[in-house]
Amino acid sequence: MNINIIDYFNRTTDTYPQKIAVKDMEGELSFSELKTRAQNLGHKINQKYEGVNAPIAIFLPKSTIAITAILGTLYSGNIYAPLDIHNPADRIHAICGQLQPACIITNSQNESKLHNLKDQFPIINLDQLNFNNDDEAPVGYMECIDTDPAYIIHTSGSTGVPKGVVISHRSIFDYINWAIDTFDISQQEIIGNQAPLVFDNSTLDIHLMVFTGATLCLIPEQLFAFPAKLLEYINEHKVNFVFWVPSVLINVAKMRLLESIKIPSLRKLLFAGEVMPMKPLNYWIYNTDDEVLFANLYGPTEITVDCTFYIVDRKFEDDEVLPIGKACKNSDVLILNQQNKPCTINEEGELCVRGSSLALGYWKNPDKTSSVFVQNPLNTSYPEKIYRTGDVVYKNDAGEIIFVGRIDNQIKHLGYRIELGEIEHAISSSFEGIIACVLYDYDYKKIILIYESENEIPVAEFRKQLIKGLSKYMIPSQYFRLEKMPLNASGKIDRKALSNRLKKKEFT
Amino acid sequence: MNTVEDKILTLLQEARPEFDFEDSEDFITDGMLDSFDVVQLVTSLDETFGISIDGTDILPENFGSVDKIMALLHKNGVTT
Repeated sequence: MNINIIDYFNRTTDTYPQKIAVKDMEGELSFSELKTRAQNLGHKINQKYEGVNAPIAIFLPKSTIAITAILGTLYSGNIYAPLDIHNPADRIHAICGQLQPACIITNSQNESKLHNLKDQFPIINLDQLNFNNDDEAPVGYMECIDTDPAYIIHTSGSTGVPKGVVISHRSIFDYINWAIDTFDISQQEIIGNQAPLVFDNSTLDIHLMVFTGATLCLIPEQLFAFPAKLLEYINEHKVNFVFWVPSVLINVAKMRLLESIKIPSLRKLLFAGEVMPMKPLNYWIYNTDDEVLFANLYGPTEITVDCTFYIVDRKFEDDEVLPIGKACKNSDVLILNQQNKPCTINEEGELCVRGSSLALGYWKNPDKTSSVFVQNPLNTSYPEKIYRTGDVVYKNDAGEIIFVGRIDNQIKHLGYRIELGEIEHAISSSFEGIIACVLYDYDYKKIILIYESENEIPVAEFRKQLIKGLSKYMIPSQYFRLEKMPLNASGKIDRKALSNRLKKKEFT
Repeated sequence: MNTVEDKILTLLQEARPEFDFEDSEDFITDGMLDSFDVVQLVTSLDETFGISIDGTDILPENFGSVDKIMALLHKNGVTT
């Protein structure tokens, strides 16, 4: 009986010990090498920390050593929590303050970026660890059951502190087994990973490798800046499966690269993270082999990556909207109206999810947890949780779910989920006497800051300050000063009025 | 006077005000431009100079310095 990710990993390593598990630009590891290293690290973690089910922060670049750290953490019976090495120190401190990791795994290159966190938490520097076959095998994982947490991924929080979403082993099995069945995944897959490890889309890439023996190619982040190089990488490594964010596909289409660089190895192309417009997708469909499978996946981090999917099975015009499809197997999607009743066909409502995929909650945040993980209003007989996504959708006549928008101020930008409130919070704490409203221009895919202050503030000054507290993808790209911020009847910033002015192209 | 060189430096500075681009030998190896910046920069260059840089020219070797970006613009018909 497999009750832990490590049970699956052990089965895979027994079947394919010599096969390549993971590679980056520095090198590659076979399944047996990866297992030995992960076990060594797991043993080391068990020596440093005796308990299980504690968070272990992973502060490493996307690399074979980061994958080793993830599996080592799971061998030790603890929870892996990837941190972004590109994040400003303030954000890392805020996350660690809330997470209170049992230790932080890093390497020599990144250790100095941890500053005084080094004094607060035990550190394991992987460059100082000797990997060998003599260590005892770690046993921590044998104490865990399938409802224990496997990972914590942080998402933007509207009050300024990111929320840690806690996902169990069971939820990962549920997700990965669905993906294996639906997309017919085997050890023959060569996965071209785009998602950084702090982004939960990477869960699919990593755990397909763990469960099936597929090879995981960690594509360097740099190549996404130069899409021609990215396509060359696909060819060089014979990548046949990718799960990318739409913005990467859009860039390749914009540059019309598939006409000059063919990628014949590609067989399955999945995407998720934001709305995929049809025009660039049609470009991909027309410029790749007819057998290539295209699938649109949808879901928030709180339900383990994805809860609906749509395999493109018919022709769409450039101006049509691609459905997000139907619920993944063993997930159920409810569309509820404002009276908490199921919506009829074509009626818009909030997408809610029930199933094994639901996160255990937000780490050390009971209020936020109980506000979105709530009793299923359609079940009055026994306790049953649903997750309220805050996404507005409807079901069309064909029974396909169509994404419409958000009920709050959360956006998806470059595949990243951002609470506009987190950006506003950072602005008001960095600049005194400023009234700020951050909007998203969906047409031009730009974050826009509209502010009221006595004097004009130079753009460079905004960016210089904001980079200290926010992830780079959160920083506004356009700035507009108003004499007077419009207010609504209750004295709050009138976002609706500003959004209408944005739609009329007043802020371009 | 706003030369092509000045305009490029302004666009770079707007993208990453925290870096000193005049001090760098190679923006790419120095990690000063990531994927968001390059895509953004290409869009800004296209808009500013009324050109359309070919996707196959968007390579690390064409974005390492102001001179290299200038050479790319010249190739696209921009004159100083």
